[in-house]
Amino acid sequence: MTILTSIPDPSPTPEAGALAADTEHVDLRMFGLATFLVADGMTFAGFFAAYLTFRAVNPLPPGAVYELELILPTLNTALLVASSFTFHRAAKELKQSRNGACRLWLLITASLGVAFLAGQMVEYFSLPFGLTDNLFASTFYALTGFHGLHVCLGDLMILIVWWQARVPGRFTPEHHFGVEAAELYWHFVDGIWLILFGILYLL
Amino acid sequence: MTLSLPPQTSHPSNLQPEGWLRYLSFSLDHKVIGLQYLVTAFFFYLVGGALAGMIRVELLSPISDFMPRETYNEVLTLHGTVMIFLWIVPVVNGGFGNYLIPFYVGARDMAFPRLNAVAFWLIPPAGFLLIASYFIAGAAQSGWTAYPPLSLTTPAAGQVVWILSVLLLGGSSIFGGINFIATVLKMRRPGLGMMQLPMYCWAMLGTSILVVLATPVLAGTLVLLSFDIIAHTGFFNPALGGNAVVYQHLFWFYSHPAVYIMVLPAFGLVSEILPVHARKPLFGYTTMVYSILGIVFLGLIVWAHHMFTSATPPWMRLFFTIATAFIAVPTGIKFFNWLATLWGGKIALNSAMLFSCAFIVHFVFGGITGVALAQVPFDIHVHDTYFVVGHFHYIVYGGTVFVVFGSIYHWFPKFTGRMLNEPLGRLHFLLTFIGFNLCFAPQHWLGLNGMPRRVAEYDPQFTLLNQLSSVGALLMAISTLPFLVNVVWSALAGQVAGDNPWNALTPEWLTSSPPPVENWKGPAPLVTHPYGYGVPEGQIDLKAVSGLEIWSEGR
Amino acid sequence: MPIPSAIVTLVLGMILVLSGLWVGQNVNLLPAAASTNAPLYDELFAVLFTIGTILFLGIVGLLIFSLVRFRRRDGDLGDGVAVEGNLQLEIFWTAIPAIVVLFVGIYSYDIYDRMGGMIPLADPHAMHGSMGSAVMPASVEELVTQDVEPRLWGGIGSPGGTEAGLLPVEVTALQFAFLFHYPEGDFTSGELHVKAGQTVELRMEARDVIHAFWVPQFRLKQDVIPGQPTVLTFTPTLPGQYPIICAELCGPYHGGMRSTVVVHEPEAFDSWLASNRPATLALTAPLATG
Ligand code: HEA
Ligand code: HEA
Ligand code: CUA
Ligand SMILES: [Cu+2]
Repeated sequence: MTILTSIPDPSPTPEAGALAADTEHVDLRMFGLATFLVADGMTFAGFFAAYLTFRAVNPLPPGAVYELELILPTLNTALLVASSFTFHRAAKELKQSRNGACRLWLLITASLGVAFLAGQMVEYFSLPFGLTDNLFASTFYALTGFHGLHVCLGDLMILIVWWQARVPGRFTPEHHFGVEAAELYWHFVDGIWLILFGILYLL
Repeated sequence: MTLSLPPQTSHPSNLQPEGWLRYLSFSLDHKVIGLQYLVTAFFFYLVGGALAGMIRVELLSPISDFMPRETYNEVLTLHGTVMIFLWIVPVVNGGFGNYLIPFYVGARDMAFPRLNAVAFWLIPPAGFLLIASYFIAGAAQSGWTAYPPLSLTTPAAGQVVWILSVLLLGGSSIFGGINFIATVLKMRRPGLGMMQLPMYCWAMLGTSILVVLATPVLAGTLVLLSFDIIAHTGFFNPALGGNAVVYQHLFWFYSHPAVYIMVLPAFGLVSEILPVHARKPLFGYTTMVYSILGIVFLGLIVWAHHMFTSATPPWMRLFFTIATAFIAVPTGIKFFNWLATLWGGKIALNSAMLFSCAFIVHFVFGGITGVALAQVPFDIHVHDTYFVVGHFHYIVYGGTVFVVFGSIYHWFPKFTGRMLNEPLGRLHFLLTFIGFNLCFAPQHWLGLNGMPRRVAEYDPQFTLLNQLSSVGALLMAISTLPFLVNVVWSALAGQVAGDNPWNALTPEWLTSSPPPVENWKGPAPLVTHPYGYGVPEGQIDLKAVSGLEIWSEGR
Repeated sequence: MPIPSAIVTLVLGMILVLSGLWVGQNVNLLPAAASTNAPLYDELFAVLFTIGTILFLGIVGLLIFSLVRFRRRDGDLGDGVAVEGNLQLEIFWTAIPAIVVLFVGIYSYDIYDRMGGMIPLADPHAMHGSMGSAVMPASVEELVTQDVEPRLWGGIGSPGGTEAGLLPVEVTALQFAFLFHYPEGDFTSGELHVKAGQTVELRMEARDVIHAFWVPQFRLKQDVIPGQPTVLTFTPTLPGQYPIICAELCGPYHGGMRSTVVVHEPEAFDSWLASNRPATLALTAPLATG
């Protein structure tokens, strides 16, 4: 049995070149982002668990059970889902070196995001309850608000990459971490919304 | 003998300050960050220990005489928070993790050096914020668990600062966790397989998975709690229709895994120390790996054992009893494997080893009381008593803190190139060992016989044992003196260690001590048998050579 | 020399087990046992203590033996034997704790069951979380006279059936005191008075923050939670006075939040009850018959 199967040879033999590979910088940013999104998802999971438990065990005072208006949120859901597709399209354009088209689709995505936020605002102002009215109201605002914050951040990210992309060659078909990261994040926010919509409005 | 420099040095290390100034700056070098963590955390250990001292002084007499009752609650809240979030978690994860993991995977730095530095630099402000709250507005008074509605009714300023500080520390912990996962999984040197990694890598991988999965839940919960305090929502406030027990579920969903976040890295460190000083391979590598994964999995599904009296339904208590007790199985595997590692070795009973072996003794004791606590009928008597205080100090102090000290004796030559003084180390061990057991062993009896925890006044029948316990704490406080003297004196004028004083085989020793900026002057060595001790005759004579010589001569 | 070492191991193991048993049986670390729960608890404690002692002494013994036997002699710089594992051994020490833990789990479940911990609570939603199994325990309704039964969230329920001797007491915890209300006589006391041999059902709720009701001599504890009533049922056995201790941090005077439970002989209890009953009430208490 050998203990150190390979003690690198310091003299510049052909092998040394192969071993030098360990100094090459691997790009782990997407991996890091994905791990972070797992963590972020756990925050939401905690909120969802809290909401579902409240729902199951804490009866609300009379008059605090609301029939939520479904039209606006459904429209919002459609907007957000559509924006995932438009973002995907933007990334596809980029991969085929069509920078202009990519920027256009990014802009469309960002607008859909803004439209979503606007819809959310309209809903907030039309709701018959405020943050501290009762447990359901508080949880409702906490969940949608926390998600809305994510949409804001995502939108900001999109606008940033959109701005960066105005310089030709800033993102190449191979190297476009910014766009990729914003896209993954956007899909994540989108997915969270679907769960949220399901348990908050439909359940 | 010519040394070839690595072909390219990609990191902007030349932009970093040189010399000791590095340690006060936003350094990106994992070794510097590791030491920054170690020193900062140790500072907070002294703070937390001073707070423990105040607790023990108050408990010298059965009446509340040393400080006002509010202050007692502030002190005990700060003690718990500082010790957990500013001492144990940073030191075993951030400190040793940052220093060792890149060596172990054969990398020149962590996956995200900048994120790493950010994670560290979140800690000092969070810590000072927490401590400053005591002097400015009065600290939080609701214990480190901050159960509502109490935490909603105690003075808000202190509680909000507490939340803010824990959120920052949680963020730091998550950033660290992401970094460790990426480093262990993705930065391994080509040719190095997962099952060839030193055990500490696995421990840190498991820990980081727990960090990433559990810490965000605490963050979310604390945000909701702060809403309750600031915006007067009623999530956890029964007076406003909320549910106080839901907080407990969410809190323990993090804080139970947190106890494994505090101890798994210590398990990893022990697995590195024992083989070196017993001159034997680590026994049962594969089962060790699986037991870590088992602990990670089980650790996530046992949280409600802290809530047996919190109005949980019977089926839930039953489930959590069984799940909790089963953690003894993977943990037991690790302990028996360590014993088997020692068996038949050639054990050098130096300070590092003494602390590690004392860890085994204490942790087995604390683990056994833990398994007893997991039994609902047992727990409904001793829950929230000094029995629990005894249990967890046996584990966090007798376990993890002992390992931290052992590890410092083991890796100090690596950090500084100098040995720690051995007689002083043994004195440190002896005082700590006696003081610790004197302090915490009697607490089990106190709990069984009717002393609740978190009280500043108690039944006079318990006076004698409390005084004994305080004497133990005093001994522990004294025991830090030889340690501090030893560290400072040895760092300046200790015996020069050479590169590999223990003749160890793990990769961090196969370079100079202290190591160069990018860890190895040449390419990283490929160590596929980190525990290949006990080689038959005829192989390399490990006694004669240092690691540096091995690789620089190409064997 | 395999045979002698096997015998040595066997003898050592027997000594270990015997000393564990001796410790479990003879070292008493617990206060007086004053309720029907307490002997059950002490039985469990003895078993856990025995197992714990055996494991602890065994492991520490092994450790110390290794440290002495396999210490590095002066001048010996060699390595130990290169064993990296042993599958059989590893399976063995996975199995042992698993069996021990399984046994302990089942045994403590049994104890808990005998303490009444598994009795469904008087609550249609008691099984919340386990979907769809909302069973309505019919038996409990007879115990209560009120129309609307508040939901009970946890604790130790009362045995079913209509045992005549159930003494209900409503407990209110607030910063920093316990109040005991006796529906039987409609009066409130700062101390808990109960009758030896009679099952007591405490219905507990807190006003402000979480407290916990603990009587060490009864080996019982239950959190008292605002907004979530809990129940604690027990039968005191040994007459005397015992402390009631608040065991959940509830503010600055948490340490001073104490009271006393007085376990009376049956006659003494009846006269205590009579003397406290508002004078207007006729002395026709159905409970007076022990
Ligand atoms: C590093 C920290 C750490 C670790 C590792 C543990 C490990 C364990 N803990 Fe502990 N615990 C705490 C820190 C820790 N704990 C803290 C801080 C609290 C209090 C929190 C508060 O309220 O403030 C607490 C409280 C606590 C409680 C709640 C008590 C109460 O409040 O009423 C319980 C109950 O189940 C428990 C159980 C356990 C168990 C079963 C283990 C197991 O993991 C132990 C497993 C190990 C062994 C069993 C030993 C080795 C095994 C063998 C040698 C095999 C053979 C053994 C057997 C067959 C038994 N702990
Ligand atoms: C990792 C965690 C950790 C560590 C290491 C310790 C270490 C110690 N703990 Fe702590 N403890 C907790 C975690 C920890 N504790 C937690 C989580 C709680 C629960 C809090 C709660 O209920 O909310 C708790 C609670 C707790 C209590 C119960 C309080 C109560 O319920 O009322 C007690 C009482 O004895 C205690 C004592 C001690 C002592 C004596 C030490 C000693 O080991 C400390 C030894 C160290 C020293 C003595 C330092 C020496 C240095 C100096 C004295 C120099 C002076 C310093 C300066 C000038 C800056 N601790
Ligand atoms: Cu009430 Cu503590
Ligand atoms: Cu736990």
